[in-house]
Amino acid sequence: MTDGRQTVLDSIARALRREGPDEATRNALERRLSDPKRNLIPARGQLAPEARVALFVEMAREAAATLVRLPSTTAVPAAVADYLRHENLPPQIRIAPTPELQNLPWREWPMLEVSSGASEGHDPVSLTPAFAGIAETGTLMLTSGRSSPTTLHFLPAAHIIVLRAETIVGALENAWTLLRSSTGDGTMPRTVNFITGPSRSADIEQILQLGAHGPRRLHILLIDAGQTS
Amino acid sequence: MQATSHAFKENAHRALRDPDLQAALAKMRHGSVVRRASAILRLPEFEALRDQGRAIKDHVLANLDFYLTCFEERVTTAGGFVHWAADAEAARTIVLDICRKAGARTVTKGKSMIGEEIAINEHLALHGITPVETDLGEYIIQLRNEPPSHLIAPAIHLTKEQIATSFRTAHQDLDPARPLGDPAALLAEARGQLRERFLAADVGITGANFLIAETGSTVIVTNEGNGDLTQTLPRVHVVLASLEKVVPTLEDASTILRLLARSATGQEFSVYTTFSTGPRRKGDLDGPDEFHVVLLDNGRSRMLGTEFQDMLRCIRCGACLNHCPIYQAVGGHAYGWVYTGPMGAVLTPAIIGIEEAGHLPNASTFCGRCESVCPMRIPLPKMMRHWREREFERHLQPARMRLALKAWAFLARRPGLYRLAAWMGATLLGRAGRGSGAFGSLPLAAGWTATRDMPAPEGKTFHALWRARSP
Amino acid sequence: MGEKVGLFVTCLVDFFRPSVGFAAVKLLEAGGCTVEVPPAQTCCGQPAYNSGDRRDAQALARQTIDAFESYPHIVVPSGSCAGMISRHYPDLLKDDAVYAPRAAALAARTYELVAFLTHVLKLDRLPVPARYRARITYHDSCSALRELGIEAEPRRYLANVDGVELTELPDRQSCCGFGGTFCVKYPEISTRMVEAKTAAIAASGADTVCSADLGCLLNIAGRLRREGRRIKARHIAEVLTGASDAPAIGEARD
Repeated sequence: MTDGRQTVLDSIARALRREGPDEATRNALERRLSDPKRNLIPARGQLAPEARVALFVEMAREAAATLVRLPSTTAVPAAVADYLRHENLPPQIRIAPTPELQNLPWREWPMLEVSSGASEGHDPVSLTPAFAGIAETGTLMLTSGRSSPTTLHFLPAAHIIVLRAETIVGALENAWTLLRSSTGDGTMPRTVNFITGPSRSADIEQILQLGAHGPRRLHILLIDAGQTS
Repeated sequence: MQATSHAFKENAHRALRDPDLQAALAKMRHGSVVRRASAILRLPEFEALRDQGRAIKDHVLANLDFYLTCFEERVTTAGGFVHWAADAEAARTIVLDICRKAGARTVTKGKSMIGEEIAINEHLALHGITPVETDLGEYIIQLRNEPPSHLIAPAIHLTKEQIATSFRTAHQDLDPARPLGDPAALLAEARGQLRERFLAADVGITGANFLIAETGSTVIVTNEGNGDLTQTLPRVHVVLASLEKVVPTLEDASTILRLLARSATGQEFSVYTTFSTGPRRKGDLDGPDEFHVVLLDNGRSRMLGTEFQDMLRCIRCGACLNHCPIYQAVGGHAYGWVYTGPMGAVLTPAIIGIEEAGHLPNASTFCGRCESVCPMRIPLPKMMRHWREREFERHLQPARMRLALKAWAFLARRPGLYRLAAWMGATLLGRAGRGSGAFGSLPLAAGWTATRDMPAPEGKTFHALWRARSP
Repeated sequence: MGEKVGLFVTCLVDFFRPSVGFAAVKLLEAGGCTVEVPPAQTCCGQPAYNSGDRRDAQALARQTIDAFESYPHIVVPSGSCAGMISRHYPDLLKDDAVYAPRAAALAARTYELVAFLTHVLKLDRLPVPARYRARITYHDSCSALRELGIEAEPRRYLANVDGVELTELPDRQSCCGFGGTFCVKYPEISTRMVEAKTAAIAASGADTVCSADLGCLLNIAGRLRREGRRIKARHIAEVLTGASDAPAIGEARD
């Protein structure tokens, strides 16, 4: 469909009264893309580490996520069992296929039916790692990858996320910096999800309801070595 | 969708007399205004961010071809395809072609105003492919064969009873005796029905709040998660986006994202903000095999470099609708097409023509509230005025109005004559109205006196009195 | 001393309610100004401008500039007309090499009445003490509020008037539905908007509504009367000069 392409580009050039950006402009624009600069970041997104964690917790809860602090990941299976029991959910958990989660002491909880992989829509609860947390808005950042299937974030009715306190950054901009450096070659994963609380809709008579299509519940296990729950 | 904007007055007439709609509008009126105001109080940097948002978009528009071709290059590098559609028909053809090649029988859809604009659902259905809206509000109005009435809350005009009726008619496989009295039951039912559609879909079509030139990513912002299920589960993901959605970098998108949810619903951040880049990677356990972006012009490039360019900064937050007294009085359907409220009043004539959409920029008092809340500082009243100028140049306004204005201008440009006419009018009406103080009816002013008294003039003009005072 | 002021009367004040103009003069003179009323003024051009008739609007703008530019200050007892001159004339005449700078110059010296008292005469209190016993609510006209940023000023002076009890309108930032030609082009919607405004006024408990714009007041007073409400409507200049004996807008004069 090069026809459409040229038509549109010609129309834009005509409107802007020039053929295309001149060389100097082009260089400047390319630099802007290759060396992205941050715009204004609110003060709230620039707190010191401890204050950041506290703000994250506050904002996440405000968005109707639930959150417990754990001293280390070895406490995760117990916390999951706890959560399922309290929420009257079946003792089934589908975990992201990453050694970080797979190698936890699930054996100590034989009542829990643990499987791992993507979701095909039959899993009541999922457990996934977060890439980072964003304190400014209480948001979790999750990326797709061989060990983090996106379907686990959306199909189950409840989604439990393991978040390490040291990965809580101040603002979205910090999260991008983290992502760019982690992928090395600057490529993006297929999906980057920013999740702030459980799914909701107010489409019916403007009444806010949780669990529209995504998970009705979002539970955060905050791994914070400096704290106990 | 067939536009009924030319019938705005009739649409408005009906809307004003619709009790369910009026109740919904009353609820929305207060809530959305208060929520946005509270959210802004919590962000002291909001005004500075508005300035930055405007600057980013103005910069993009001045270099739109560069950023779009850059975006295209990055999408291609990531394994996706970019298609360029000069108009709605071209876009429909492209999308149908992709769906056919994929052997699609059903297609799930995230909310997309572009989808409405090009009427893609009708087109797909015409060719034997079933489109299923998945945004709860869009799903409901799809069942009712209605257009959306609000930019972000498409079914805001409906009562739960109306929704229940639609569900009973549409979901024939369920027990007819089931209770559907409360919103929770309705939500659960929709969730269940749509879950099956999500899993069965061959192609998922979403819109895009942003296109990121730096990375070739598309961004969707939802609260429900339907957009994500639409774009992750099927084999093919198609993104529909108009040209002006592109921004340079992830950082630029971050700045504007701070304005979006806050202005739309008063949230800090929407529940799901998703950046998608290309199809699934080698080793990914889920995700689409194919990724397509359809870039739609349909009048945008024609707005560039004109007095309407600023409208291309719009990020579809809906704040202008929520604060507009006309929208608050008549709701979205009265506007007669896809885009409603103040932003619709400016954009609609640009896409479907001022002849069809003339009422929209005229049905405004220029109170300016829309502009005052627009996160991207779009001068909406100014552009509505520009549409009126175009109408005036082309003699599209009612002859009687034009004549009256010409007569007024004629007099006003001749102060001596004006004084005389004013003195005569003030004396006549002053005398006639002295006893009661106002007129219950007045020839030539029936539009006013149908519902309002017309206060009588005091009887002498200021200028006559002033001249008498200082000899 | 004595600032020289050219008064732009406005067509509505001239035709419907000269007493507002004289109240404005009284305030300005009490503030130490010499007020003149150049005779070659008629209409600021808003009806033409807002209807898309740029040519007639430009002609009226030039006429206004010609009549007023010799004055160091131009004062207008109307937010919308003051807004037209100070915020729109420069853009309206931007392609006119001769008048563009003159429009900009005039715009910079044009003020709505209350804004002039506050920001140019710098009066903390009313220049002449006034008495007006009433429970008053102030309607912010859209142009005064959003084009000119006038909000605190009128309330300060009203609080200064002996006998005035101020009460705020619920939803006070909402348009009253006048909008110049809007009210006759879209009367049903306009009526809905003014109904909401009169309901709010009634809910505020006020017995008097005042504003800086006569257009709004004619609209509001007209609807109040049709609804049979006994709430009075006055221009702010009338209240600030204690003109409580004269009939309010729409009231019989006998």
